[in-house]
Amino acid sequence: MKVNGKIISLEKPVSLHEFLEGLGYTVSHVAVEKNGDIIPRAQFSAVMLNDEDSLEIVCFVGGG
Amino acid sequence: MEDTFKLGSHTFKSRFILGSGKFSLDIINAAVQEAGAEIITLALRRANIGGIANILDYIPKGVTILPNTSGARNADEALRIARLARECGCGDFVKVEVIHESKYLLPDNYQTAKATEMMAKEGFIVLPYMYPDLNAARDMANAGAAAVMPLGAPIGTNKGLVTKEFIQILVDEIDLPIIVDAGIGRPSQACEAMEMGVAAIMANTAIATAGDVPAMARAFRQGIEAGRTAYLAGLGRIKDKADASSPLTGFLDE
Repeated sequence: MKVNGKIISLEKPVSLHEFLEGLGYTVSHVAVEKNGDIIPRAQFSAVMLNDEDSLEIVCFVGGG
Repeated sequence: MEDTFKLGSHTFKSRFILGSGKFSLDIINAAVQEAGAEIITLALRRANIGGIANILDYIPKGVTILPNTSGARNADEALRIARLARECGCGDFVKVEVIHESKYLLPDNYQTAKATEMMAKEGFIVLPYMYPDLNAARDMANAGAAAVMPLGAPIGTNKGLVTKEFIQILVDEIDLPIIVDAGIGRPSQACEAMEMGVAAIMANTAIATAGDVPAMARAFRQGIEAGRTAYLAGLGRIKDKADASSPLTGFLDE
């Protein structure tokens, strides 16, 4: 699958929540688009990922 | 009566909006405190795998987050960033920033007005960063902007109120808070803008690149407060010829 433009292989189906935690993200700090659609944080545990999915994972940084 | 201004349904006392770019994280808290800022801007970017320090942990509680749409080159991209920013759970404010050239980083007023309309329809409190043009400001006001944010000079230049007369036109003609954003390099320039009747100042680079960041944040706060007080007091008149302040009678040996 594609995560922030990089190819990552998905070993087994996991929920978005598990996937984010596995990569070391703090789930409460990020927003996620899956295949172009925003996934509300409340659905992170229910949404399952597969190897064809494309994710954009974003967070706040300093900026004017 | 307390001197405040409104953005959407939110009321603010501080007229200093602080940008959070170019700061080291450990100094942001002190800068916000010294600035007395109630609003701070943030940008949205791809999050690195493994996680990074969360900037929100360094911002004092109770400060309103104003996400910008930097990186957007058109209205659709700005809307996408605004929606993602809202998902981060820090409220409905958004500073629209639509830029597609890197030399001067000037905002695209047409795309910005379009983005303002789309975001206002989705319930965002929209603050468009714009080139100070009266017609564009009217379009943004009609599109549902909560304020307009004209630039004083190109982003990061610290050149001051290069567009002063055009910002004055917005102050005089647009019935929304006018927030000067970008280019303000010194407390004296922030003060000058406030004397003109703008509602607030946004500054970032001037503070972030100062020798003593917290002290400069404090100096900007004082400049902004002085300018606001002067505006409310009503500036003294200007004359072409001298007008003695001391009595012109009762001189010695008269």
